[in-house]
This record gives sequence, C-alpha cells and structure tokens, in this order.
Amino acid sequence: MNHSAREAMLGRIREALKIKAPPPGPHAGAAPHPAPRDGEFRPLLPAVGATWEEQCRQFARNAELLKAAFQVVPNTAAARAEVERIVREEQWQRLATYDHPLLREIGQDLGPTPLFTDRPYDKAELEKCEGAVTTCEALIAQTGSVLVTSRGCGGRAISILPPHHVVIARREQLLPDLLAAFALLRQKYGAHYPSMISFITGPSRTGDIERILVLGAHGPKRLTILLLEGK
Amino acid sequence: MSPNTAVQFKAQATRLAADLEHRQWIFKALRGYEAKRDECKARFQNWEGARQAAAEIKYDTLNHLDRYLEQFVHHLESRGARVHWAADARAAREIILDLARQNQVRFIIKSKSMTSEEIHLNEALEAGGFEVFESDLGEYIVQLRQEPPYHIVFPAMHLKRGQISEVFQQKLQAEPVTDPEALTMIARRVMRQKFCQADMGISGVNFGVAENGMISITENEGNARLTTALPRIHVALMGIEKLVRTMDDLALLLPMLATAGAGQWLTGYNTLYGGPRLAGESDGPEQFHVVLLDNGRTRLLADAEQRDVLHCIRCGACLNVCPIFRNVGGHTYGTTYQGPIGSVLTPHLRGLREWKHLSYASSLCGACTETCPVKIDLAHHLLHNRRNAVQAHPPFFERLAFAGFQVMMRHPALYRLGTTLARWLQPLHGLVQGTALDPARAWTRSREAPRLARESFHAWWKKHRRTTSPS
Repeated sequence: MNHSAREAMLGRIREALKIKAPPPGPHAGAAPHPAPRDGEFRPLLPAVGATWEEQCRQFARNAELLKAAFQVVPNTAAARAEVERIVREEQWQRLATYDHPLLREIGQDLGPTPLFTDRPYDKAELEKCEGAVTTCEALIAQTGSVLVTSRGCGGRAISILPPHHVVIARREQLLPDLLAAFALLRQKYGAHYPSMISFITGPSRTGDIERILVLGAHGPKRLTILLLEGK
Repeated sequence: MSPNTAVQFKAQATRLAADLEHRQWIFKALRGYEAKRDECKARFQNWEGARQAAAEIKYDTLNHLDRYLEQFVHHLESRGARVHWAADARAAREIILDLARQNQVRFIIKSKSMTSEEIHLNEALEAGGFEVFESDLGEYIVQLRQEPPYHIVFPAMHLKRGQISEVFQQKLQAEPVTDPEALTMIARRVMRQKFCQADMGISGVNFGVAENGMISITENEGNARLTTALPRIHVALMGIEKLVRTMDDLALLLPMLATAGAGQWLTGYNTLYGGPRLAGESDGPEQFHVVLLDNGRTRLLADAEQRDVLHCIRCGACLNVCPIFRNVGGHTYGTTYQGPIGSVLTPHLRGLREWKHLSYASSLCGACTETCPVKIDLAHHLLHNRRNAVQAHPPFFERLAFAGFQVMMRHPALYRLGTTLARWLQPLHGLVQGTALDPARAWTRSREAPRLARESFHAWWKKHRRTTSPS
C-alpha cells in the first residue's frame, strides 16, 4: 500500500519533469547557470570579521540586539562565580544539567538539586527546574546563535523547557557563520547525525499580540551565554 | 459554474475596504515590519545576488525532485523514521488519524503548520475524537476564536489585545489582563501542561534537506521545540516541494526567510530533526513519522511555465506588501494561503474554475514580484492564471463582445458607422447612467465615462491633409 503510494507519487513527479522549465527569475530573462554549490554563499551573506576578537565583538552585538546576556569570562572559576550569582539571585531550587567535565566544574554542587537529563528522567521534574546549565556545539558570530544537539548537549528538552538557559562555550567554539557550523557538524557527525540539531538565536520570543515583542513565549525567558577565554 | 466563492470574496472585500479602522490597523502592523525588513536586507553584502542564488537552488531542487526526494527518504528511513506518501489531503488525514488510533493517543499538540491548515487536519482529528491544541500563540488564539489564520506568518495580526483578553477570559477563565506580556504568560501557563500531557506532537516542515534526510523547522517561540521533544510520537507533515539539496543551502535560505518573513536577522529557533530518539540519546520521541504530501503539487510541477510557484518558502513577504491584502485583509480570501501567493496557488490546489477571481484581486503593481526572496514572478503568474481561466472557460458575453468587435474592426464601413452612431448616442447615455439599463454600468458605477471626440481622427486627417498638402 505504502510502496505503491510511493511509486505513484514518484511516477507523477518523473512524468511532470519531462518538460523543462524556463530558468528562474522574472520574465525568465537570465540564462540558466548552475546553482551555487556548498560554501559559495559567503559573498552574499552579511560580512563577518576575520579575527577572533572581531567575531567576538560581533557575537556580543548580536546578543545584545536579541536580548540575550553575553559575557566573556577569563576561566572556569569566573564562569562558576557567574552561575553562582544567577542561582542566588533567582533563587533556583532545582537545576537541570548532565554529565560533562565542564559542567561538573562549573555548577553541579552550587546548592540547587541537580536533575540529570542524560539519564532517564521525568519531564514533570524538568518542568519544575528554574534553570538549565549546558554546554554547546558552537557559537555563531554572524547571527548570535548558540548551536546545540541532542547528542552533545544533554538531550532535546533541557535547552527549551526551563525558564533560564545558561550556556557555557569555549574559546575555540566561536565560529564565523552558519556555513562553518554546518561544516563542523558534517565533520563531527558524518553519517551519524544526532536526531536534533538546533540553532538558538536569543531567548524564546513572540510578536503575535499586536506585533509587540514578548520574551519567554514557551521556551526560556532568559538566555545567558558565558564564553571561556582561557581554561 | 459555482460563483459562490467569487461572490463572497467581492462582498467581503467591499465591506473591509470601506472599514477604515481595519485598514489602519493592518497598515500600522506592517509599517514596523517594513522598517525592520529593510534593516536586515541592508546587512546582506548582496541581497539581489542572494535572491538569484535562492531561486537557483530551488530551481535545481525542483527540476530534479525525484532524485532529491529519494535521497532524502533514504537517509530518513536509515535512521528509523517512518515515511508516508499522501497523494491528497484525504490520504494525509487518514495516515495521521491511523497513527493516532494505533498508538492510543489522546492529547495532540501542534506547532504551526500551514500545510496542516491546507488539509484541514484539526477538524479531522477532532471529528476522530482527539483533542488538538495549537501551541503557537497566534494559532492558539485563532483556534480559541474558531477562526482560520488571518496571515500565513502572523495568524492573529488582525486582533487587538482587548479581543484576545476577551477570548482568554471566556475560554480559559483567565484574569482580565490586556498587557501583551501578561496575555502571553497565560498562554504559556496553559500550554506547558498540554506539552507534558500530549502523546503526539504534530509539526510542519520549512525545509527538507536531501543531503542528510533532516527536516528544518523555523520558529520564534520554542513551541515547535517542545512539540518535538516531549510527546512520545512526532509526526511532521511536509509538502514535497520543501526540499533543498544540502545544509549549506540553509545557510542562505534561513536568514532570507527570517528577513523577508518577519524582518528578523535569524528566527529564534532553527532546528533540524532527523529521527526518533537515537541510541545514546536521553529524550525525544520514540517514533518519528514524516508524511509527504502531494495534494496538487505534482500537477503544478507538470506546468513548466508555473513550476516556480513551488519555490515558495512561505515567508509571507508578498502578503505584507500587497495593496489588496492591506485593504481587504486575510480572511477575505477564504483560502489557506492568502495574498498574491495564495491567489496564484489556490486555483492550482482547488480548481481554476472556482478560484479564478483571485487572479483579479491584484493591482498588478508587481510589488509581490519585487519582494519575493526566491524570485517568483507572482504578478505575471496572476496574468497567466487569468489567461488560462479564459482559455478553459471563456465567458459567454465576453466572447460575444469580442466576436462583434472583431467583425467591426475587419470592416471599415462598419467601424465608421459604429463610431458615428456612438457619437450621436453618447449624449443620451446621461439618461441611463448608473441604472440597470446602462450597458456600461460595470464601468460607470465607479468611474466617469470618457467623452468621445466630436470628429474621428480619420476625418480630421482627411481635412488636415487637404489644407496643408506638402509642396
């Protein structure tokens, strides 16, 4: 049944494509030329600084526009102090995290009861967490995005359900653009992609009521990104 | 002939075009959009080049759709996703209903999907005994009001905060607040419980990536992330035209979609999904299904002249700039897809005969063509639809009038007689002007009829040449 539906649809597509379409663009004026292949888009997209410092400044500017909190911290001790401050100020009782050397150093023993999402967990318990502390796959300077995956960053729900998401990134994780991020994913996961790959660009937002920006529609109301400059 | 849809469109359009408050509201909402969109466009090093590249990517994908679709499905299936092929809306509804029944589903949570609107999925699921909740804030509001979305990107843009507060009070027993933030928090509170209760999450698809068999979903609120993280089953409904070749194509198309769609540099969440929870992953659905929908798309693919209509990435930019949309609003169209793209697409999806009037709901100003990020020549496609409609079903009176005109133009004596008669008879026109007896009523109801010249050019020329003959 399913097989025949598949063959029927593919058959209709092949039949339809027997006639060639005029090249794209208004009035079909342009001569057809091959569509740009991988990586040829850079000169079209917004410019990105060449050095790490420039890219870091660009990320900071984007984060500000997106109303995400971004801070470059010198080392893990400083990152730990920052997370501690947030936990105290917002009076977190429960904190979502997972087993990762960086997270062990930074914040699993700060006081709030930790919930580990890399083991079987109850989603109702995760819903009660005031915050989540995670690592990431990369930061993207061009867009101000944080790249997370279900494999490397504590699963799917940890970065979306708790109201405050704190991300820890290392210096070498800052990438210039989306193309660099896709290259990284290809190289790292090849034929075994995680089931979810997500670019998080600012805290959750909506403009559905009178086009007025409201943060925290369903996902995190706050997004804090700490970039470790050294060890 | 079933002129119902056309009559309804005309009546509703006439009413709304005269509703100055409604018009002002839409203008105000879209003014902010335009300013932000221009800001984002200016960040591109070459926006026009990006448009051309985007059009070429979609051209390449669609003209080899069979190959890319097979590649896409192969990767998906190898990761444990189930792929279903639906020839039409009914087949797609049946597939999704069967999945819900087989898995003893009770609550269903949905993230925004125009394709699910196209197949009237919610009605079918509700009729099947399932509770369905829209999780996108705008969609949720219009669902509570039992209305269709007003705009493909901003479903509740026609509503004021007071109206939203009212529906929340009535349907959710919410407190009478009107602040957008407070209203949003009411929806957030309600929806969090639904997310945790739901057994099945249904989403749309913005792009399917042939390279690795992943689907890409763009959203701002995080509701699609939750829809695809918490329930034990994820069903994604995808029109077959949504394919791109590689992830790199997304590096171009995602920023363009955000810019053209909402005046954002990049949308809040851009997520790729490629399977159910995999080995070594701690959460996510146990089952992942992708339903591939045809529903008239292969028919459009077979029309080489209009194939590029399938390039559409549903950004809604053409609605935002369309003077007709701005005056008559989204509900007037009576279609799933409104504005210029809706006017071009709907006759293909639902039949030219009943929907050809939409081709005339355009000033042909070309603003839609100019703004389209994937360079669909919408204004000309509206003309193509008009031509096709006339060729398929020529209107009797028009045919008669043009046959008469043809005869007159071929016989100079008849032509002269006609124009002379018209000059004599025109003064009498004033007696019937605007009444049912007026043969030119359709024209004169809203316009002045031009006065015919006393003398024809032909007569003038004869006289003129006699007096100033060349030496």
